[in-house]
Amino acid sequence: MDTIDMTIHGLHQALESKQLSSVEATKAMLARIEAVEPQVGSFITVTPEQALAGAEAADRRIAAGDMDILTGVPLALKDIFLTEGIRTTCGSRILDNFIPPYSATSWEKLRDRGAVLLGKLNQDEFAMGSSNESSAFGVCRNPWDTTRIPGGSSGGSAAAIAARQATATLGTDTGGSIRQPASHCGCVGLKPTYGRVSRYGVIAYASSLDQVGPLTRDVTDCAIMLGALAGYDPKDSTSVDLAVPDYVATLPNGVKGLRIGLPREYFIAGLDADVQKAMDAAIETYRRLGAEFVDISLPHTDYAVATYYLIATAEASSNLARYEGVRFGHRSANAEGLIDMMTKSRSEGFGAEVKRRIMLGTYALSSGYYDAYYVKAQKVRTLIMNDFIKAFADVDVMLTPVAPTPAFKIGEKVNDPLQMYLSDIFTIPVNLAGTCAMSLPAGFSTDGLPIGVQLIGRPFGEEAILRAGYAFEQATEWHRASANL
Amino acid sequence: MKYQPVIGLEVHVQLLTDTKIFCGCPTKFGSEPNSQTCPVCLGLPGALPVLNKKVVEFAIKAGLSTNCSITPRSIFARKNYFYPDLPKGYQISQFEDPICQRGWLDIQLEGQAVKRIGITRIHMEEDAGKLVHGDLPGLHDGSGVDLNRACTPLLEVVSEPDLRSSDEAVSYLKQLHQIVTWLGICDGNMEEGSFRCDANVSVMPVGSDTLGTRAEVKNVNSFKFVKQAIEYEIQRQIDLIEDGGTVVQETRLFDPNLGKTRSMRSKEEAHDYRYFPDPDLVPLVIDDEWVERSRRELPELPEQRRQRFITELGLPEYDAEVLTANRALSEYFEAGVAAHGNAKAVANWVMGEITRSLNDSGTAIQDCPVTPLLLAELLKLIDGGTISGKIAKTVFDEMWKSGKAPHVIVEEQGLVQVSDSGAIEAIIDGIMAANAGQVEEYRGGKEKVFGFFVGQVMKASKGKANPAVVNQLLLDKLKG
Ligand SMILES: [Zn+2]
Repeated sequence: MDTIDMTIHGLHQALESKQLSSVEATKAMLARIEAVEPQVGSFITVTPEQALAGAEAADRRIAAGDMDILTGVPLALKDIFLTEGIRTTCGSRILDNFIPPYSATSWEKLRDRGAVLLGKLNQDEFAMGSSNESSAFGVCRNPWDTTRIPGGSSGGSAAAIAARQATATLGTDTGGSIRQPASHCGCVGLKPTYGRVSRYGVIAYASSLDQVGPLTRDVTDCAIMLGALAGYDPKDSTSVDLAVPDYVATLPNGVKGLRIGLPREYFIAGLDADVQKAMDAAIETYRRLGAEFVDISLPHTDYAVATYYLIATAEASSNLARYEGVRFGHRSANAEGLIDMMTKSRSEGFGAEVKRRIMLGTYALSSGYYDAYYVKAQKVRTLIMNDFIKAFADVDVMLTPVAPTPAFKIGEKVNDPLQMYLSDIFTIPVNLAGTCAMSLPAGFSTDGLPIGVQLIGRPFGEEAILRAGYAFEQATEWHRASANL
Repeated sequence: MKYQPVIGLEVHVQLLTDTKIFCGCPTKFGSEPNSQTCPVCLGLPGALPVLNKKVVEFAIKAGLSTNCSITPRSIFARKNYFYPDLPKGYQISQFEDPICQRGWLDIQLEGQAVKRIGITRIHMEEDAGKLVHGDLPGLHDGSGVDLNRACTPLLEVVSEPDLRSSDEAVSYLKQLHQIVTWLGICDGNMEEGSFRCDANVSVMPVGSDTLGTRAEVKNVNSFKFVKQAIEYEIQRQIDLIEDGGTVVQETRLFDPNLGKTRSMRSKEEAHDYRYFPDPDLVPLVIDDEWVERSRRELPELPEQRRQRFITELGLPEYDAEVLTANRALSEYFEAGVAAHGNAKAVANWVMGEITRSLNDSGTAIQDCPVTPLLLAELLKLIDGGTISGKIAKTVFDEMWKSGKAPHVIVEEQGLVQVSDSGAIEAIIDGIMAANAGQVEEYRGGKEKVFGFFVGQVMKASKGKANPAVVNQLLLDKLKG
């Protein structure tokens, strides 16, 4: 097998048995990045020197017998993760020149296990978008069809997997930003339960919704990555102090007797026929594997998108206040006085979508509107959470589509924010409920575009969805397909 | 028309924790600008706040000492506004559900009844950094931001508008100041801003029950200025109304040089702070056990101690008041009483010689070179007749200077009181012989001359003669 096609566990075997060195694997990846990057645009910053230094260090560890499953594995990070000494832009002009003095906890955890950093991945600006088109650093294209979007906001993280530019990547998911691009690019993407993975050092979009997660080639890799990332971080008060299970060990336990809920509100009229077909096939596969299906209801689903766009924008309007050109980032060169400097720096530094969301959020929190918008949205959020709690009384996991359609064309929805926002209709409720979900390759459209299905788990029930995903993967071949670049 | 002032105070209390409220940086001052900082207090992207538990403990102590209820589940909120000294573009504070609510303090002005002043709330928050203007490294005549102070912990104590005069306001403020310094949670330094006060002032016609429009007066950093600022503001508002004008809701700045307040910003210019719960911090849950533990750990408070000094130690009210002015002084006094036994005698010395020497030398009671044990020893020397009260003052001065024990000084300098009548008689005989004229005067009925003889004897004995013995012998001899 070609190095660039390897999974984490496959590469680990090759490294362990000395068939391959980390330097060789890393060089192969860097060569691949160089070769296909003009077509894809997954990266904002490639870090070959750091990568090779990391690979050499990993090879020394391997030679010394001090090897972890991630030692020597070349990874790439969404450019939302702070990396000490390496430019971190969050896809925004305003952080064009920002070199962080510290690293995100999640990257430190991977690095300490010996993972190798290939570079920083393209994304929607401040993770605001579903198509990667709001990036200030150029378009990222879907490797399966380069006229189409890879999804967003972790578009680069998904495209890099599909384009075989990294063995695995990290993304963040606020309303579907890992799962939707994973679905569009045919990879596995997991959004863990809120609090499962530290947010320290991850640039905040909407703090009560943001969660770090992996994008990988298969479910086993996803379980490996989650095991490395999960756990309490004293630097993040919202991370939860709960033991981390061995996610890999329970993968083969099967789905016999597993009760899978089908929320009827997710099977709406207008669902793309190819998506429907993939869903039907997935249900059939699970039935064959011995799972039971239960018809369930999540009655407040209709309000999820509106609720999300009030809460997320409200938090974002406050989270993005620190970008004013005083201490770091872009500072306007033609400003006079303090207020003008802050105003111009922000006007010049932020893109249109970010400005739109800051204004929406500022409005929702304004005196006189706070109760009608922000407070009401919080109440609806509670109702949505309760929907999930009730439904999970009857089922172990839920199965739904990830996105209403396969990847759309670049430019298709840029001028129609509302249509764009509806791309996340099936993923947003999971973030509002704070629980976990995974996108799993489950078929192709008639145009040959990947389609994913979503497994939703109970809070901190990642084991169950990984196990269900693994069983599905064992019974299907979808995850083995690769984009023809 | 007569007007009734209505005043409420908002007091910021800077807490004496070793580290900041949401990060591990030290709180000490005077360091190189921006040296006491980290990603959290610099407001860098990706940084997250973690609550310092010590701040919570201090807040609970302050709440319990001011009769507040402790909120079982309190919440941090973001107060959003742009200013260069505010690195995140918001201040983490508390808005709905602050940690302490519904407390009170009793004040009493001279000759008046006790009055209860309500405390609406006490909440925790972080301080901002500060701006520095002028010539800076690499920048001529510019402005810089020093974030060493950013994220240092504050309590904001908000009173009800129950105060009716500047004297009441100062009395309340002094009591609050005494409590937070007594608890050791604040150094109380008003000049440096560790304890700072904003006053909400309005006036209404006497007999009215509709509050007037209030102005918020900021930047009053001494008790004297609080009194001045409030009085100026009351008069300004009355004059304005009498002249047919109306008071507008605004923030005013007190100028201590002019003794006046001036407008800073109007209500229209006021910020919309867009408060909302901070999603980076989980709700703070304080169970009954925590509250009770804090209650048990509370020291005896000044008011309780004052009462005890009166009832248990039999001190006059005045003495009890003076000796509970601060915790260290009252503790010094109590240690002295424990070692000596006579509370009034110790009180007289602490309020007299000790206080005078502390003031003269600018020494804090904690650093008093004469320890309570040594003071007690000195008093015992007086009690036992070894030295006179007068000599004791000489001994005390020497103790202050050298730190030596009183019996050592008495021995070294031969200050033991002379009670031997033979020795004193010899002195008296000598003085009477040398002052025959005065002896005649006395014997002729001019009894005032008696004092002259006492003085001469004491002088001749270098103060060591026992005054009681001197008096008796002189009387006997002068009568002839
Ligand atoms: Zn700090």
